[in-house]
Amino acid sequence: MNRMTDIETLTSADPVLRLSGITKTFPGVTALSGVELALYPGQVTALVGENGAGKSTLVKILTGIYVPNEGQILVDEQPTRFTTATDASDAGITAIHQETVLFDELSVAENIYLGHAPRGRFGLVDWAKMRADATEILDRIGAKIDPRTPLRELGIASKHLVAIARALSVDARVVVMDEPTAALSQAEIEELYELVERLKSEGKAILFISHKFDEIFRIADRYTVFRDGEMVDAGLIAEVTEDQLVEKMVGRSMDAIFPQRDHTPGDTVLSVDGYSHPTEFEDISFDLRQGEILGFYGLVGAGRSEFMQALFGVTKPSGGSVTIDGQEISIRSPAEAIEKGIVYVPEDRGKQGAITAMPIFQNVTLPSLAQTSNRGFVRMAEEFALARKYTERLDLRAASLDQNVGNLSGGNQQKVVIAKWLATKPKVIILDEPTKGIDVGSKAAVHEFMAELAAEGLSVIMVSSEIPEILGMSDRVIVMRDGLIAARFDGEGLTPEALVRAAAGYEESAA
Amino acid sequence: MIGQALKSREAILAGALILLIIVVESRFSGFAAPGNLAGVFNDTSILIMLALGQTLVILTRCIDLSLASNLALTGMVTAMINSAMPGVPVVALIAIAVALGLLMGAFNGILVWKLDIPPIVVTLGTLTIYRGIIFVVSGGAWVNSHEMSEAYKAIPRFEILSLPVLSWIAIAVIAAFAVGVNRTALGRAFYAVGGNPSAAVYTGINVGKTRFWAFVIAGGLAGLCGYLWVSRYAVAYTDVAGGFELDVVAACVIGGISIAGGLGTVTGAVLGALFLGTIKNALPVVGISPFWQLAISGAAIIIAVAFNARSEHGKGRIILKKAEAHS
Repeated sequence: MNRMTDIETLTSADPVLRLSGITKTFPGVTALSGVELALYPGQVTALVGENGAGKSTLVKILTGIYVPNEGQILVDEQPTRFTTATDASDAGITAIHQETVLFDELSVAENIYLGHAPRGRFGLVDWAKMRADATEILDRIGAKIDPRTPLRELGIASKHLVAIARALSVDARVVVMDEPTAALSQAEIEELYELVERLKSEGKAILFISHKFDEIFRIADRYTVFRDGEMVDAGLIAEVTEDQLVEKMVGRSMDAIFPQRDHTPGDTVLSVDGYSHPTEFEDISFDLRQGEILGFYGLVGAGRSEFMQALFGVTKPSGGSVTIDGQEISIRSPAEAIEKGIVYVPEDRGKQGAITAMPIFQNVTLPSLAQTSNRGFVRMAEEFALARKYTERLDLRAASLDQNVGNLSGGNQQKVVIAKWLATKPKVIILDEPTKGIDVGSKAAVHEFMAELAAEGLSVIMVSSEIPEILGMSDRVIVMRDGLIAARFDGEGLTPEALVRAAAGYEESAA
Repeated sequence: MIGQALKSREAILAGALILLIIVVESRFSGFAAPGNLAGVFNDTSILIMLALGQTLVILTRCIDLSLASNLALTGMVTAMINSAMPGVPVVALIAIAVALGLLMGAFNGILVWKLDIPPIVVTLGTLTIYRGIIFVVSGGAWVNSHEMSEAYKAIPRFEILSLPVLSWIAIAVIAAFAVGVNRTALGRAFYAVGGNPSAAVYTGINVGKTRFWAFVIAGGLAGLCGYLWVSRYAVAYTDVAGGFELDVVAACVIGGISIAGGLGTVTGAVLGALFLGTIKNALPVVGISPFWQLAISGAAIIIAVAFNARSEHGKGRIILKKAEAHS
């Protein structure tokens, strides 16, 4: 429908909000480097990019949660500075996040107006006005919800509408929508599109972040592409094709150097057949051979980590079987998985990886205490020897093995977790986003090490959302989408474009 | 590792304890005499043992408020059996006390593990339940000294190498904890579960089961202490050790056992209990009114917690400085 909009009217508008030369660095990582972005009244700008391209960081800068290290934020071409979330909302910027932050025990109206409730006499909350205003906003977005309903009684889609109503309850000029359709059904998505059209006609500038190409081409007027924290391209949707957009998104120079691997995988070690879960994934089947690296690619929320957690016994599958070395096994707990030779290095190191208040050596030996014990008593000398053996192999930098893991850098904490698992002498190691959030140098070391492990005959399952890593490291790739296996690649036809298409569910155009 | 631990919180606490003894000695000569200090230790023995049990529970990010009720109920049961059947050997009574304590601990543990009820709610409930059962079984009656057999009363006071058996039992429990906590897989699991429950799951540790064992061990110790308490004071009634559960928690907190779990040592718990025990022993002899004693004990707890919170805070700042240096 935006095809009807005249290209000239699109290009003649002045931006409401413009970011210029924005750079944001975190210790060891540059999340955004010199990016540009302009948002125009009455227009939808789609922001596209892979996971880790810097989209979320940008949203946080727009909403005042992060302060950029360099660059300018211009509202109506006037330089401003957002140091708190309130600054951004005062400037008329509001965001609807992927995971909405709402309060189940409060009513819909209270959720919409929490923090800026209309005040009456003596500064007390004016409940009648709050309800009336809430009804008006809900009507405006076409939501048939009674503002007095407690939020917990609503479904996910309705909650989403409440979040949108909340965003609109402040007089917003700029609306940021971060993957707003991720949790919605098709009918609800249609309603959201209508809402976006209505916001456009009210003259709001909309930043629309999405992985889904069909919706980008349906509702966006402009696009901006991010890649590795840089702005790659921006322009009018009418002047670009889907294939071109995919290319801009992934078309990087493959400058990261991956280790050369010339090892031929051996016999099948692990077979998974028809693994299913009531809500997270279904019918996952694959074989894994000795010394092989099997990549799992997909968008965030495709069910990859959930499947790995089930394979590791953290959650219970509803069906399917696992065979290891030709013997069918059942895995009901992580302890059983470890015993059978399957180990898992989780994605969230802080929460699931290391026990930070414990010394390095105790972290490493935690699952292998039987190895270092005699008649039930741990022998510290053996413990130290075991910990030293594996931490030295991983080239861990620490003053002493007595040191608490909490005092180590992220990359070194990751090494402690990997050392812990290698000490159990596993057959299969699952690495979930092994290089997420670590610097380039440490990434190369992790890749090097992964190749070494495979060469020694360990089978590796690598979950990764980074295309170069998937392409550079994997012998074979499985792509998951919405809890199902969407595609398998055995080396042939494995291109960045093919991966993105399979993961996003966008089939190549008939051309 | 042991050296590192001593340099930190435990060393400071030990220093504070010595300073406290010196100050009291300056006001009341003879307090620091070996014989008197041995007496203070003996008086504090039960607090030490319960604090060690509580330490395991707190390490796993739980808390057991029912320990004193458990103690009072087992104490009452052994006293009633003893007065009704003086022929039952005291060793059997001790076994009954421990078994009963283990059972009550297991009940707490099961509720926390299988029903996933917050430990503070579970043990607040059992605190009242166990205390209520005392009244039910005794009908509110007391068991007095003359109703107890001589053997029943004699064991904790019996001296070996001029130390009462009560003190020796505490020493044995401390030794068992020192080895068990540092050198067994279960001991490690307590730290892992409290330090990072989610990571513990991914390491193959059953978090609920580990917590269950912490409650069981703490309950068993409370049962043992039930006999020791009633036998030492030679009286059993419904309100025995009323409010003592808070002293136990206080001893742990003073000893640097982090309420957030995963942080703390056996040495710390023992020193914390000794510090609190010394204050309780010393304040009356230097002539401070009982009301001030409560206030001073309370102040000691808050100072200890503030101190621990500050040392944790300091750690955070060091990490930030490192991050700044890297960037």
